[in-house]
Amino acid sequence: MRTLIYLLIGILFGITMFKSEAASWFRIYEMFKFESFHMYGIIGSALVIGIIVVQLIKRLNIKSFYGETIHFHPKAKSFSRYMIGGVLFGLGWALAGACPGPMFTLIGAGYIPILVVIVASLLGTFVYGLLKDKLPH
Amino acid sequence: MDWIFSPWPWYVSGPIIAFIMFLLIMVGKNFGMSSNLRTMCTICGAGNKADFFKFDWKHQRWNLTVVLGAIIGGYIGSQWLSTDIAVAINPDTITDLNNLGFNSAGKAYLPTELFDTSALLSFKNLALLTIGGFLVGFGARYAGGCTSGHAISGLSNLQLPSLIAVIGFFIGGLFMIHVLFPFIF
Repeated sequence: MRTLIYLLIGILFGITMFKSEAASWFRIYEMFKFESFHMYGIIGSALVIGIIVVQLIKRLNIKSFYGETIHFHPKAKSFSRYMIGGVLFGLGWALAGACPGPMFTLIGAGYIPILVVIVASLLGTFVYGLLKDKLPH
Repeated sequence: MDWIFSPWPWYVSGPIIAFIMFLLIMVGKNFGMSSNLRTMCTICGAGNKADFFKFDWKHQRWNLTVVLGAIIGGYIGSQWLSTDIAVAINPDTITDLNNLGFNSAGKAYLPTELFDTSALLSFKNLALLTIGGFLVGFGARYAGGCTSGHAISGLSNLQLPSLIAVIGFFIGGLFMIHVLFPFIF
């Protein structure tokens, strides 16, 4: 039952990524060119609603659908890992035009070359795992 | 119902993304897609090479199910819910992309110059897709999250680290497109 819920959430996510064109390389390019409000509107409106939702859940102590306490995990404090990692991610995001959610949506939409991007992103994740202790965090 | 077959405007898509995050929080999980890449490495046996991948991946099965849904959603969105998938980007952006050699701008969902199956025959394209993917995977894990984990979940929870990461995403993206693209394309 729970698996079905995750699957349905994923399907809604995939449809939304495709239909919003957030999975389109062109939209990412246009966003970094500041030539359209579209992507900023998507991220911005999701964020405004997201902030309200998270604050309400926290302040009203809302329980999950299963009656469990909801935990939010604060991110560890650091500057370098977020900035360096973020810049590297941004370089890849603009070049490949896809981030880790939409890249899977694009498989479903039938773009074979996105598999190269996915395999390479697995490789990048693997190399990070190998180098983790040697990198500034 | 015609609207459903057209591209969805930001004021429909953004709230749905917030709703997806809300649903995941309410079933006791969180919205973050890039951690699936780590899980997939673990399933492939990466735990033998680095401790970072030593964890019980079965606890992440729920998120892999979300990924499976995202794939199915991509099929449904493109095959059943779309009549014309060409992305109507700004005409100025189209002119600009035409000058870079992307003649498919404004006529396709993804640039055929990079994402048509025949583009895989070009070593340069293969290298670009590989470098792009590698940076996405490496950078997301280094930064501890991607667009969903930091820009949506983290910022929704008012996390300063997520703000730093998102600023980094933009520095990297702007540098790639404004400085490196003229050399690459």
